[in-house]
Amino acid sequence: MLLLGFLAITALAVIHLRDLFAVVMLFGIYSFLTASLFVTLDAVDVAFTEAVVGAGISTFLMLCTLALTARREKAKPARTLIPLLVVVITGATLVYGTLDMPDFSDPSAPVHTHVTPRYIEATEREIGMPNLVTAVLASYRGYDTLGELTVILTAGIGVLVLLGYRKRGEKR
Amino acid sequence: MGHFNYWIVIYLMMAGFYIMIVQGNLVKKIVGLNIFQASIFIMFISMGKVEDGTAPILVEGTTYYSSPLPHVLILTAIVVGVATTALALALVVRINEAHRSVEEDEIHEQDKSF
Amino acid sequence: MPNPIQPNLVLRVAGKMLIPIILMFALYVQFHGETGPGGGFQAGVIFTSAFILYALVFGIGPARAVATDRVLRVLAAFGVLLYIGVGIASLLSGGNFLDYDVLGENAIEGQHLGIFLIELGVGFTVASVMIIIFFAFAERGARP
Repeated sequence: MLLLGFLAITALAVIHLRDLFAVVMLFGIYSFLTASLFVTLDAVDVAFTEAVVGAGISTFLMLCTLALTARREKAKPARTLIPLLVVVITGATLVYGTLDMPDFSDPSAPVHTHVTPRYIEATEREIGMPNLVTAVLASYRGYDTLGELTVILTAGIGVLVLLGYRKRGEKR
Repeated sequence: MGHFNYWIVIYLMMAGFYIMIVQGNLVKKIVGLNIFQASIFIMFISMGKVEDGTAPILVEGTTYYSSPLPHVLILTAIVVGVATTALALALVVRINEAHRSVEEDEIHEQDKSF
Repeated sequence: MPNPIQPNLVLRVAGKMLIPIILMFALYVQFHGETGPGGGFQAGVIFTSAFILYALVFGIGPARAVATDRVLRVLAAFGVLLYIGVGIASLLSGGNFLDYDVLGENAIEGQHLGIFLIELGVGFTVASVMIIIFFAFAERGARP
C-alpha cells in the first residue's frame, strides 16, 4: 500500500519535471519500486527480472539516448485541458470496469480456479521441479516463450539496422 | 477496498497516457509508455496474488501458491518490453540525427517546410 | 559516452572485483532456475550488466575484443536455433513439438533436459541481443 503511494508520487513527479536526466532517474526509481511491490505480491521471479531489466538496462539505455540527444526538454505552453479531459474520462471508464472484477487476492477469482490448480498440482508429478514459474514458462507454455524470444531477436536486428550500420569504407 | 490496487494501477496508467499525449519530447514520451507498461504489469501480478499464498515455488507444508501463469506472462513481457524500448530509443536517436531535434512540434515544422 | 575512466583507480579496482562475481551470479541464476527464482531471461540480462560495467570502466575497445560483432550475432541466432532445435528433436523422437517427455529415458528426465536446453537458448539470445543493443548505442556516441 505504501509502495503504491510512492509509485503514484513518482509518476506525478515525472509529469512535472523538465530535466530529462531527472526524469530518467525517476523512471529507474519507479521500476525499482515496482520490483519491490512484486516481492510483496509473491512474484519473486518477476521482481528479479524487473529489478535487473527496468532499473538496470532500460534506465541505462535511456541515459545513452540522452547523451546522444538533448538533456533538457524545451519549455512550451502546453494545452492541457483536452488531454486532461480525455485521460479523466478514460480513467473513469476503466474504474467503472474494475467494479466487476473479483476482489484483490480472492481465492475464488477466475485466475485461481481455471488452469492454475492444474499447473500447481501436476508440476511435481509431470515435470519434477519446484519452481512453478520455470515449469510453466519453459514446458507448459513453451510456444509463448519461443515467440517472445523471436521478438527479442527481431528487436535486436532492428536496433542493429537502425544504429549499427557503417558507411561504406568506414573501418572501426 | 477490494479494488484499491486496480485503482492505483489505473491512476498510473492514466499518468503514462497523459505524458504520452501532452509532452512533445520523444524521450519523455517513451518514459510515459514505460510507466503505462509497468502499470499493466502491476495489474497482472496483483491478479495472481492469493490470500495466505506464498511465492510459486513448491515447498513442503504449503497448499496455497499465487498463480504462476500471470508471472510467466509478465516475466517475458518485461524482457520483450525492454527490447522494444531499445528499438524505440534507436528510432529517437535516428530522428535526432535527421532533424537535430527530439521535440515533436519542431520536427513537424521541418516536415512542413519541405 | 562511455569513455574509459583512466585515472580513477577506485573504479578500476572495484570493477575488477565485481565483474567476476556478477558473471558467476549470472551463471548461478541460469542453472539454478529450476529450484529457485531465476532462469534464462534474468541470467542473460545480468550477464549483460557485467559487460556494460566492464565497458564503462575499461572502455569499449577491450570489451569489443571479447564480444565481436560476429560472435554476438552468431550467438543471438544460436539461442533461438537451440530452442527450435529442441522442439524438432522432440518431434523426431516421436512426440509433439516442444514436448520434452520423449527426450530422456522417462518423462521427468526428458522434461529436465528439455527445460535446461531451452533456458540455455533463452540465456544466449537475451544476453547477446542486449549486448548488441548496448554496443549499437555506445558506438553511435563514440562516432564523430
